[in-house]
Amino acid sequence: MSYIPSDLLFTSSHEWVRDEGDDTVTIGITDHAQELLGDLVFIELPEVGDTIEAGGEAGVVESVKAASDIFSPVSGEVIEINEDLVDSPELVNEQAYDNGWIYKIKLNDPSEIDGLLNPEAYTEVVEADEH
Amino acid sequence: MLIFEQSSKGRVAHAQSPATKASLDDLPADMLRETPPLMPEVSEMQAVRHYTRLSQKNFSIDTHFYPLGSCTMKYNPRACNSLSMLPGLVDRHPYAPDSHSQGFLSCMHDLQEILKEVTGMKAVSLSPMAGAQGEFAGVAMIKAYHESRGDMARNEIIVPDAAHGTNPASAVMCGYKIQEIPTRDDGDIDVDALKEVLGPQTAGIMLTNPSTVGVFERRIQEIAALVHEAGGLLYYDGANLNAILGKVRPGDMGFDVIHMNLHKTFSTPHGGGGPGAGPVGVSERLEPFLPIPMIDYDGTNYRFITADDRPQSIGRLSAFAGNAGILLRAYIYARLLGRQGMTRVAEYSTLNANYMLKKMKAAGFEAAYPDRRATHEFIITLRKEAKDLGVNAMDFAKRLLDYGVHAPTTYFPLLVPECFLIEPTETESIDALDNFVEAMIKIREEAETGADRVKGAPYTLPVRRLDDVKAARELDIAWKPAE
Repeated sequence: MSYIPSDLLFTSSHEWVRDEGDDTVTIGITDHAQELLGDLVFIELPEVGDTIEAGGEAGVVESVKAASDIFSPVSGEVIEINEDLVDSPELVNEQAYDNGWIYKIKLNDPSEIDGLLNPEAYTEVVEADEH
Repeated sequence: MLIFEQSSKGRVAHAQSPATKASLDDLPADMLRETPPLMPEVSEMQAVRHYTRLSQKNFSIDTHFYPLGSCTMKYNPRACNSLSMLPGLVDRHPYAPDSHSQGFLSCMHDLQEILKEVTGMKAVSLSPMAGAQGEFAGVAMIKAYHESRGDMARNEIIVPDAAHGTNPASAVMCGYKIQEIPTRDDGDIDVDALKEVLGPQTAGIMLTNPSTVGVFERRIQEIAALVHEAGGLLYYDGANLNAILGKVRPGDMGFDVIHMNLHKTFSTPHGGGGPGAGPVGVSERLEPFLPIPMIDYDGTNYRFITADDRPQSIGRLSAFAGNAGILLRAYIYARLLGRQGMTRVAEYSTLNANYMLKKMKAAGFEAAYPDRRATHEFIITLRKEAKDLGVNAMDFAKRLLDYGVHAPTTYFPLLVPECFLIEPTETESIDALDNFVEAMIKIREEAETGADRVKGAPYTLPVRRLDDVKAARELDIAWKPAE
């Protein structure tokens, strides 16, 4: 069973969201997602200033096995991206929830994060996946 | 060792040298390079040895069983090769007038006719030079059709989640948005999900039948009716045509456009061994949009159909007549098989797959769709072995190489964990099939006594386990002389 931190929110498509408390959030993909993908070799990041809809494509993660879209959990404007991932995509494999963060968004609608999965609900998603 | 690393100044392979020195006088001076290109300088014997050694390192259909699912790696009959190399065909200049090319054109015309009959389509163009280009041509025709009717609001193509990645990619290349629909646990498409996404924005749906999960889509007629009712068209990805040759025709299932992979179904060399060919076939309403050139026959003469004949054509996809040498091989293959032989391709390829599936299940391997009969390929999932023994599908794949078998397709389709997509084809003997299953059992036994032996494979090939992550992250494919 992969690691699921208790202080984050999640999506059923395996993204995590950290509420930074100032109407911005940090977004990445979960430990379970990186495990499924295997060693990442390339990450296509969004651009700062992009406006992204919830459920829309924010980028692409590519491993030796597969390429997969990153679906934005929330809507808003991209305010920062993790440039370190360009040269070191393995950060997502090694530290999915810390140095492997992907982008930060300024929320259009702060209440949108209420619709995300809590750690318990996401644990169920992962367990169903592993069944 | 690279051939560049064997280079020594002044060595020449005379057989490969041009007989006369080319004159560069008619080229503008500013277009000429100042330094000659880097070329290896080796003797004729060095060149022969180098390339012979390389060929000995090949792991290919000519040397090994190659059950690569969804790729149809079957034997490429030598007759197709030798007959397509007849001087009258090889020496024909592509600019030769139609009147001097009647033999070649008749072969191409007859191939069009054979493919029409096999697929149940109204017309065929041979010009796309690969499966992916055939897909692009197919979707471009769907788009041209809707636009010719002023039906501009259709901007979505529906693709099942099990599809080949080229399907959504081709649709996006043509400017469409993708609507993905799920596959049910029994391997069929979720028709309820399809109904939800169909609408006035639907341009079409791209399907592979038999699908990439190795089963026949049982509700295809209902799906065709639903899509047509919504005003969309049906695209058939011909990757798995081998399973139904002479048995069922995509045209009869309701498909409007199809691409065929001659390098799979019609046994022309592929996978580094030769270029592909991806002819497209269409129903009547798409005929005006077919890519040119095609071959016409008026009962006396054969001739190229050009843009003048087909003003609505999506245009050319290749110079001249496409990959003509490959098309010839496919034509000869079809003629060698004949009507009955083609039906036997489908029968034996599905028989071989079902025989292997049954043996694998009996040996305790888990089928991904246990209640379904296999088509010409099937999927097993090694998730149990990965969990209990610590050896995953990739480890099994690498170890199979040591047993003299090319690995099946691994980790595709993505929706089955730790999967092997296995396609034996009709050209393998029962001994080769048994041998594969026995190798799988032996590998599992090895893993039971400790994962390391399997995880370290392969041991017997020119190279050991490659670091594919490093290769992708630090791509290095160009040789540079030492400083």
